[in-house]
Amino acid sequence: MTAPLLEVADLSVAYGKVEAVHHVALTADAGRIVTVIGPNGAGKTTMLGAIMGLLPARGSVRYMGEPLERLTVEQRVARGLVLVPERRELFAAMSVEDNLALGAFARRREGERATKATLAEVYGRFPRLEQRRGQLAGTLSGGERQMLALGRALMGRPKLLMLDEPSLGLAPLIVKEIFAIVAQLRATGVTILLVEQNARAALQVADYGYVLETGDVATHGPAADLARDPKVAATYLGIKAA
Amino acid sequence: MDLSIAALLTQDGITNGAIYALLALALVLVFAVTRVIWVPSGEFVAFGTLTLAALQLGKTPGTVGLLVAMAVVAGAMEVIACVRTGETRRIPRSLLVWVGLPLAIAAAVYALAPLSAPLPVQVLATLAAVTALGPLMYRIAYQPLAEASVLVLLIVSVAVHFALLGLGLWFFGAEGSRTPPFSSFSFSVGAVHVNLQSLLVVATSVLLILALYLFFGRALYGKALRATALNRVGARLMGVSPNFAGSLTFTLASLLCAFCGVLIGPITTIYYDSGFLISLKGFVGAIIGGLASYPLAAAGAILVGLIESFSSFWASAFKEVIVFTLIIPVLLWRSLTTTHHEEDE
Repeated sequence: MTAPLLEVADLSVAYGKVEAVHHVALTADAGRIVTVIGPNGAGKTTMLGAIMGLLPARGSVRYMGEPLERLTVEQRVARGLVLVPERRELFAAMSVEDNLALGAFARRREGERATKATLAEVYGRFPRLEQRRGQLAGTLSGGERQMLALGRALMGRPKLLMLDEPSLGLAPLIVKEIFAIVAQLRATGVTILLVEQNARAALQVADYGYVLETGDVATHGPAADLARDPKVAATYLGIKAA
Repeated sequence: MDLSIAALLTQDGITNGAIYALLALALVLVFAVTRVIWVPSGEFVAFGTLTLAALQLGKTPGTVGLLVAMAVVAGAMEVIACVRTGETRRIPRSLLVWVGLPLAIAAAVYALAPLSAPLPVQVLATLAAVTALGPLMYRIAYQPLAEASVLVLLIVSVAVHFALLGLGLWFFGAEGSRTPPFSSFSFSVGAVHVNLQSLLVVATSVLLILALYLFFGRALYGKALRATALNRVGARLMGVSPNFAGSLTFTLASLLCAFCGVLIGPITTIYYDSGFLISLKGFVGAIIGGLASYPLAAAGAILVGLIESFSSFWASAFKEVIVFTLIIPVLLWRSLTTTHHEEDE
């Protein structure tokens, strides 16, 4: 068995004196989809921010066996960690194609041919983005923005793709589409850490799940088991335990 | 006033306006990417003129000493930063970039000074020397507090402005300098007398603006700077480091200011402290563009040049007053028409 791609141990994050994440441990094996579900304010986004290096944290985060603590956000991006944040953080006044081009900024030394090939791949996965390539990102609909955020992240050819609430604020049909794409990404070998409030959809697509409650891991296990767990079902899936 | 005088004033105004436009673009660029209100930009203009003037006299320009001093400080800061984060492996590369490169430029300018090289070579040396000061200043003064508020960064800018004034007096001396025109050729179109020198200034500015437009529209690095200006977090998540964006921005901006210095040298006598007034005029242009719009800033700067030249004819004692009073209606109009909007995602 090879070492996990991402290994988080004893991770705590505090905003001033208020600790939002306490001693969280989490592992993601290569090629798997791991989901972290939990209610609003459980510390899911905070945890991703700490793994990405956006927030100072205590504890250990190892990626491909290497400790990440001393690396800046940009250095982590260069190593293949890519975060699609909850707020998308698109470049609203720039065109769709420019947004995608910047997604490959960390790969600028690989040359234009490599990024062109990835661009074709991304357009293949999101034909809607190709139709809108010249349009400003700020004029896109909510679903298209999420697609652009995903496409932009894929332009960096991530090894670990972290998705923060990809279904947030989207219509149910589009949520379905986004999750279908996430499931398809598994075939490309990318490891996905999926943070979601939409527990039902997340557990359907994921291999393994963690339930985060007020900054602690409440329970974890294979996604199918979690979906059957009566406590999880009652709290997050809206199913009354018999 | 007859047509020929009006034409002369217009020509003067557009020539000066073209120089202010470069400055205004530099100010907008710096503010958009780093949120720094770049008060010391004028010192870079003055240093540009003084460097070229010294080279033409066969003297070593003060820029050489300034470059060496700033490179040493920046190098020391880099080493300390690397040791602190435990990245001692990066020290040689940092020293090469932050000390080796500026010292090489300083050495080249030093060697060139007594040779009385042809004017284009001297201009290139001037541009290289003054441009190299930009990223060094960013590294020393701004990068350590890049996350600070706009107000703190403004206070730092004022401090840097005064520091550079002192250093300018120290390194360049108190004498004023004027460089000879690039060309004294002139021709007449009907009643209008046209200087080739003015045309050269305007053409250089237009070419630079065009180059900037292509850089920001086409080049990946230009897009990265725009992205940083639009959304810093988003840009970081794409791997665009704010430090990298900041030093690239200051390199571009100081290149623009160096060009201003070279272009303004034949027009007016420049002292070590002449830059501030020039940069203020660039600011008026930039403010007309709301410190955000490049075309409006350039147009505003041309307007400043025109108003300045016409007011020097009608009320020459009040010409600065008139130019700076212009900012009041502009601010009024801006505050009435601008709606404050939250940044949307």
